[in-house]
Amino acid sequence: MATDTESAAPGAGTNFGVPNEKMGMWAFLGSECLFFGAFISVYVLYLGGTGDGPGPAIFDIPFTSVSTFVLLMSSLAMVMALAAIQDGDMRRFRTWTLGTALMGLTFLSGQVYEYTVFVEEGMGLTTSAFSTAFFVLTSFHGVHVSIGVLMLGALWFMSFTGRIDTSQRSQTAVENIGLYWHFVDIIWILIFTVVYLIPVDLLT
Amino acid sequence: MTAVADTPSKGLLSRPGASSGWTSWLTTVDHKKIGIMYFAAALIFFLVGGLEALLMRAQLSTANASVLSADAYNQLFTMHGLTMIFFAIMPMSAAFFNYLLPLMIGARDVAFPRLNALSLWVFIAAGIFLYSSWLFGGAPDTTWVNYAPVQEVGPDPAGLTLGGDHDQRMLFYSLGLQIAGIASLASAINLIVTVLNMRAPGLTFMRMPVFVWMSLVVQFLILFAMPVIGVALWQLMFDVGFDGNFFRVDAGGQPILWQHLFWLFGHPEVYILILPAFGIVSEILPTFARKPLFGYAAIVFSGIAIGFMGWGVWAHHMFTSGLGPVANAAFGLSTMFIAVPTGIKIFNWVGTMWGGRMRFSPPMLFAIGLVAMFTIGGLSGVTHAVVPSDAQQHDTYYVVAHFHYVLFGGAIFGLFAGVYYWFPKAFGKFLNDRLGKTHFWLQLIGFNLAFGPQHVLGLNGMPRRYYTYPSGMGWDMWNMVSTIGAFIIALSVLIFVVNLVKSVRSGEQADADPWDARTIEWLSASPPPPHNYDEVPVVTSRDEAWHRKYAGGGGEVPRPVPAGASADHAEHGEEHHGEHIHMPDPSYWPLILAAGLPLAAWGVVTGLWALSGIGLGIVLLSAFGWAMEPESEPEPHAESEHA
Amino acid sequence: MAGHRKAILARTVVIGALALGLAACGRTEMSEYPLDALSPNGPIAEELDRLWQIVFPIAVGVFVLVEGLILIAVLKFRDRGDGDLPHQVEGNTRLEILWTIIPAVILAGIAVPTVGTIFELSEAPAKEERVEVEVVGKQFFWQFEYVNEGFFTANEMVVPTDTPVYLHLEGDPVYKGPDGREIQEASDLVLHSFWVPRLAGKTDFVPGADRYMTLQASQEGTYLGNCAEFCGLSHANMRIRVRAVSQQEYEEWVAQQAKPAASPPEGPAARGEEIFGANCVTCHAVKGHPDNVGQRTGPDLTHFNSRTRFAGAIFDVEDTQQLRAWIRNPPAEKPGAQMPPFGPDQISQGELDALIQYLHTLD
Repeated sequence: MATDTESAAPGAGTNFGVPNEKMGMWAFLGSECLFFGAFISVYVLYLGGTGDGPGPAIFDIPFTSVSTFVLLMSSLAMVMALAAIQDGDMRRFRTWTLGTALMGLTFLSGQVYEYTVFVEEGMGLTTSAFSTAFFVLTSFHGVHVSIGVLMLGALWFMSFTGRIDTSQRSQTAVENIGLYWHFVDIIWILIFTVVYLIPVDLLT
Repeated sequence: MTAVADTPSKGLLSRPGASSGWTSWLTTVDHKKIGIMYFAAALIFFLVGGLEALLMRAQLSTANASVLSADAYNQLFTMHGLTMIFFAIMPMSAAFFNYLLPLMIGARDVAFPRLNALSLWVFIAAGIFLYSSWLFGGAPDTTWVNYAPVQEVGPDPAGLTLGGDHDQRMLFYSLGLQIAGIASLASAINLIVTVLNMRAPGLTFMRMPVFVWMSLVVQFLILFAMPVIGVALWQLMFDVGFDGNFFRVDAGGQPILWQHLFWLFGHPEVYILILPAFGIVSEILPTFARKPLFGYAAIVFSGIAIGFMGWGVWAHHMFTSGLGPVANAAFGLSTMFIAVPTGIKIFNWVGTMWGGRMRFSPPMLFAIGLVAMFTIGGLSGVTHAVVPSDAQQHDTYYVVAHFHYVLFGGAIFGLFAGVYYWFPKAFGKFLNDRLGKTHFWLQLIGFNLAFGPQHVLGLNGMPRRYYTYPSGMGWDMWNMVSTIGAFIIALSVLIFVVNLVKSVRSGEQADADPWDARTIEWLSASPPPPHNYDEVPVVTSRDEAWHRKYAGGGGEVPRPVPAGASADHAEHGEEHHGEHIHMPDPSYWPLILAAGLPLAAWGVVTGLWALSGIGLGIVLLSAFGWAMEPESEPEPHAESEHA
Repeated sequence: MAGHRKAILARTVVIGALALGLAACGRTEMSEYPLDALSPNGPIAEELDRLWQIVFPIAVGVFVLVEGLILIAVLKFRDRGDGDLPHQVEGNTRLEILWTIIPAVILAGIAVPTVGTIFELSEAPAKEERVEVEVVGKQFFWQFEYVNEGFFTANEMVVPTDTPVYLHLEGDPVYKGPDGREIQEASDLVLHSFWVPRLAGKTDFVPGADRYMTLQASQEGTYLGNCAEFCGLSHANMRIRVRAVSQQEYEEWVAQQAKPAASPPEGPAARGEEIFGANCVTCHAVKGHPDNVGQRTGPDLTHFNSRTRFAGAIFDVEDTQQLRAWIRNPPAEKPGAQMPPFGPDQISQGELDALIQYLHTLD
């Protein structure tokens, strides 16, 4: 809205004093909670549905812990990137943005590697209800990380064209993508806990 | 695809110039134009869905008829349900949200105008995609609820138990609804932000028109319900398209899971369909009774209560699926008690009419029609809540009658009321009064003839989703009556379409406030300028427009305010003047992005992964173009927009 | 005057709707219809009906009240064209509380017997006094296994009057073949719903899960039923017939059904038995047939001729013409039928007649 961009303070002219973009992102993340909530519930429901295939014992907790740690750290990098653009330091902003995206990519590579190992060990998408639930849940999350990486890449690219600068509007955009990124991280913590950490007999 | 070739010659990242003519409709981000397009598209789907219903009624008019094959019948009733719910009533409501919410809250547009255009085009793309299934050998045919595992049964060697390449039909179902879901979700986010954040000065929550309230509740329902069916559809896609095991019994899957996910979405969906109509009547009854809505707070809070309670009743669609006595009792109770807030609304509407000076123009007739007809649907709903007795009614024509009284007698009557009411606002012309009244009475009679007898049919044991039935069950006469009723409805809708075409061309002129109405959208011109208000009104009370015209509230008889006396209101308004208001520029990207989605989906259906790649590529590139697009073109051209 | 016409029309509509409502509860006239849910003929269905008898009058009462109020308002509070404006009443707290509480109290009143009946009906009848039948819904016919008596039948079941029949809707059926090996039901079962309106409400058949229901008939006679959950092309063509008979007649029937089929001595029927062995045993079981493998893809035909209907109980067993057409091309007779067509190149005209003669010996 024309009136929003003209005003100095973020969210000025709105009823709640929150920029529209940010409120929209919160609404979207609220909706995402139900997406992941439903997928996680289905996974828990199907823990026993392993058929003839392998069950949760197949998971390599130390390996996934490392990639989880990388993803967690990327949230920190995202915070640094936001702080940089708010300070008006575009060089620092670019570095941290790229760093966040690269850490996201590292996580994704870990996921791809993990999948290939599982398939080799005899657990593919079609093996059992359990395996389908696992792959669909984690890949759905992976798609979210990928979209985040794409958006971070776009931010980095646009910081060179001038579309992303130190303006209020750009800061709100970065903040929003940051919100999304943190959300995807938090969801992973939840998935990691439910899928990898909690012993199966506690859930069934 | 062709849309890509239309990329602007001015350079890839410039915005299209604002202009009149049909191309301006493709790139517009104006909520009013988008609202009108929503309405037009939804009307077309409504007519198609109605045609499907007529074919079904022709087949059912007599016992052992052979108008349609079983396969054709199954496709038609599935598509009828999907069309009416996802492509007629929902977008028809969206037309009202889009057109009216910014006007009613005194905003210049929605929060995200381009996202709004995207919602429209994605909805249309989803409809085209779903209907294209007929070009690929057949439409979805396993009911709109598509209970697992019937969806898993592919073409079997012995004889086709379901007909056609069934996997393909299921992919059309799954992907078509997912695309439609994207549209609804984007629109929900957009409208939530709009209503929460962009209200005019003084327009507090308890001064918001009830239509705005009900719309807000609906957006939250969409926001939280769409993901649930999204998950179910995503799982269905994996099962059918990629041999997943979510609903395959032999691999450890549980078919009943589908029912839970579907109805966890499906019941809030019922309120998504009906609450907008409730909002519409809550605007129309006070205007035509010429007194305020009776019990505003009660109506608002009962709407919110319905929104919350709507999440706790889903298993009443599953009383015969064997959930056990405890779950059945719990959901039976919750279902009974959701009748309380619904009853409150009915009584408050009657209270609004009571003691009024009612004028029976077409909007009022349809609004009263809703109150009278929805009551019947609500009461038959209570009989369903009696779980043991529902074991007789479930999946019979009694249920078909029930939800048509709710969705046709409720939602469709309400939406027609809204069309007659706000048409003068949108076009500056009235819909023809005589044709409108004919439409109403024919529709009321046809509707009761079509669906009233279905109560009897159901109690006489006629199950639903039967393409044929034997004679001698007591079903013959009532089915014939029902078919006659359906054709009377069709006639009434035909009259409506004629009225619409005639009135758009040469309807009687309407001024800004032709009904002597109560809410602020009537303060703007008819049709409103692109920026809605030259000066954003400052709201000092509920029924703001009324109070600018008449003094005296709180039970008194009102006195007209002398002309000019209301000017003091306007003085508080923001100091905006028409020529200085720069509205967002149109954009190509919503249309192009939307075009990518069905391409990707066709790729999945046909197994042409390259096509999916192209579709997704278009989506990604246009998302990037969207982000890179300048805020506006340097040349302001706001004035030339409304030609 | 237009207003007057409207009033008359409105009144007609309301009266019409009322008449429909009354027609729905006019049980004596309706009871001639075999599927009438409002003419229960056994304690279970009567239990459901008892609740309907409570709710329906209340619903009619509320209907009359609301529509009456609307009608009065429409007639009384019309704009008379005198330019008068009404009092701007914004609400009435006392009234609003009243119409919140009264419906809630009425609903609570309905809720009490509802919950009671739910739990009452969920109890299984005592093991010693019930007849147990295992029910499997297939595309598109019903298979009944009398577990304790040890035989199968399809589409038609016979039950003793005044005895609870406990149905086990078995979503994961496994059978024993004549050689003792286990036969797993094909995994492509779909949902169905078992419904004989005059004897009980409906219960879904859920693949992979167990569901139970009880039905009971008070009078002798044939009770019809249908599949009530969409299951594919011939959802409309999988009917149920429940024949309620005296205890003695029931026992005779059980004794007959438990017997294996006798091989016909000589002639076309004996030839038919051979043709059956060559073409049909891969899907149909006939206990006593020399080639029987106990396959249950299609209905058990051991006592085919003791039934009155076949193919989802839509065709007459006596109708030789229909049987011929059926075997020649089942999907043409009943959409989606899983039985493949048997053309003249597989079964010649003479062989077909012999086969049908054999089927008619299966009493």
